[in-house]
Amino acid sequence: MSFYEEYKRVKNIDFYSFFAQVTKYDVEKVLAKDRLREEDFLVLLSPVASDYLEEMAQKAHKLTVQNFGKVIFLYVPLYLANYCVNQCAYCGFSVKNGFKRNKLTINQVEEEAKAIMDKGIKDLVVLTGESRKHSPVSYIKDSIKILTEYFSSIAIEVYPMKTEEYKELVEAGVDGLTIYQEAYNEEIYDEVHITGPKKNYRFRLDAPERGCQAGMRRVNIGPLLGLDDWRKEAFFAGLHANYLQNNYMDTEISLSLPRLRPHLGSFQSNSIVDDLALVQIILAYRLFLPRVGISLSTRESDKLRDNLLPLGITKMSAESSTAVGGYAKDKGVKQFDISDERTVAEIKELLLNRGYQPVFKDWQQL
Amino acid sequence: MEDKLIIGGVELESRLFTGTGKFPSKEVIRETLEASNSQVVTMALRRVDFDNPEENVINYIPDNFTLLPNTSGARTAEEVVRIARIAKAAGCGNWIKIEAISDNKYLMPDNQETIKATEILAKEGFVVLPYVSPDLMVAKRLEEVGAAAVMPLGAPIGSNRGLKTKELIRILIDEINLPIIVDAGIGKPSHAAEAMEMGADAVLVNTAIATASDPVKMAQAFDYAVQAGRIAYLAGLGAVKDYASASSPLTGFLKGE
Ligand code: SF4
Repeated sequence: MSFYEEYKRVKNIDFYSFFAQVTKYDVEKVLAKDRLREEDFLVLLSPVASDYLEEMAQKAHKLTVQNFGKVIFLYVPLYLANYCVNQCAYCGFSVKNGFKRNKLTINQVEEEAKAIMDKGIKDLVVLTGESRKHSPVSYIKDSIKILTEYFSSIAIEVYPMKTEEYKELVEAGVDGLTIYQEAYNEEIYDEVHITGPKKNYRFRLDAPERGCQAGMRRVNIGPLLGLDDWRKEAFFAGLHANYLQNNYMDTEISLSLPRLRPHLGSFQSNSIVDDLALVQIILAYRLFLPRVGISLSTRESDKLRDNLLPLGITKMSAESSTAVGGYAKDKGVKQFDISDERTVAEIKELLLNRGYQPVFKDWQQL
Repeated sequence: MEDKLIIGGVELESRLFTGTGKFPSKEVIRETLEASNSQVVTMALRRVDFDNPEENVINYIPDNFTLLPNTSGARTAEEVVRIARIAKAAGCGNWIKIEAISDNKYLMPDNQETIKATEILAKEGFVVLPYVSPDLMVAKRLEEVGAAAVMPLGAPIGSNRGLKTKELIRILIDEINLPIIVDAGIGKPSHAAEAMEMGADAVLVNTAIATASDPVKMAQAFDYAVQAGRIAYLAGLGAVKDYASASSPLTGFLKGE
């Protein structure tokens, strides 16, 4: 099985004629439904549905509170290394960008862990650039072993791996996998991934499924918004989440909605995803997939994050550094600039003021 | 007449069990629990942060409550057992609510894994309260392997849909010699009252209280509803079978009554 079959089934839908035919009545019908089907989801992503954002928001809010409660999970990313062998047109870590690369020693990993732990964070996402040479599975595993002493839940956001490798990491204490497809549109995927192993679309597309098979407790996926028409990309990612949820019921599936951010490179997005679009995507996701988590990173501004909060968000990063060794020491080169620079304490305060409970721990290492 | 519920040797006056998930803040949890009059409170061990007193939900639970840690997040019997042991070792007592859920879409419990875990934990001396889909044979097995109560769902977790499984729960109430505590699905005080009128021994309510605009008031409302439902049941409303009364008014003549 593979989501690729599903993708092939829907990739050639004539999205523009579909959207052209959607009426206000169609949107209202979908809003009145309890369970949404694929076409309903697409209706919610249509230009016509953008006139119904308030109605969608009301419903999304209700569903979110009902399913997740008035709580927001907080996490922090930890960059272990920024060596990368790929050339991705949109990323500052690209092999073509000349800057001094580095990689944490195991001692430094521990220093970072302590610095993060001091913020009260228990939920960690471990990242590396894509380099099997500099960050082999064994290195990630050694780091995880140290990190499990400090954190109750650890996810990885690294290069796609084989099922066996994921299994090894699960055994070492990893319980979550984040892997973004970046571009679901296969042709655009090929264009923006200029050289390197990341060019292999299928291997990346099937990685979340391999993670589920390897026993990851939670798998987080998403498109990198801005590489192609967001309505299509959001649709494919939503179907992907739905596919995983239906086929791997014991894995918690969540979606992220990263938008392209300024970075150390020259790529300019040709498909602008403005705030309105971001809101519509979040709402459509929540209505289509009421039990799927939705996380929001510090890529987004503080003001926007505050306002997106009640719409369907279940998870946020806080006080993130996207530089290798950025917590314990001074910052190096960042993968991208973050927008929301508030501290964990500030975010906590904000959540409480907004009537949300910040949750730092949501899993117990067994 | 004294009407007490006894579970695991503990006498309970309140038949409302409450939860700690989904609340907007920990302070609200405390106030709400106090207002609920409840005596048993469940909490997800996965959320309990033992290293951080400020974040540790247990510190917000009033002392007079019996803690009912749950195994939320566990997918298999093995994970249930491990979580239960961690809870006990961490000083959360020996009550455990088993949640074995390997379906993240509807959050339906896995009855098979639940039976397995109940057997292991009951042998280890836990007071085991398994959360299940209402099924007579499953409940019987749970009884055999040492469960202290059975917690059937009224509707899927968090759905607030009420007693969708009413007929099945009624069978458990009639046939199982353990307390039946309706868990999940109760969305309004009237749903809780309905469960109690039917003869359920208690109800567990979390989402409906935690996500109300005023959780404290809602907790009071549930307290009253549960009491009202119980009194109604005791008053005779709860007669489930409408045949076989002791004095045989219609056929007594055959026996010379
Ligand atoms: S997106 Fe990832 S793979 Fe691509 S250049 Fe950046 S770090 Fe490397």
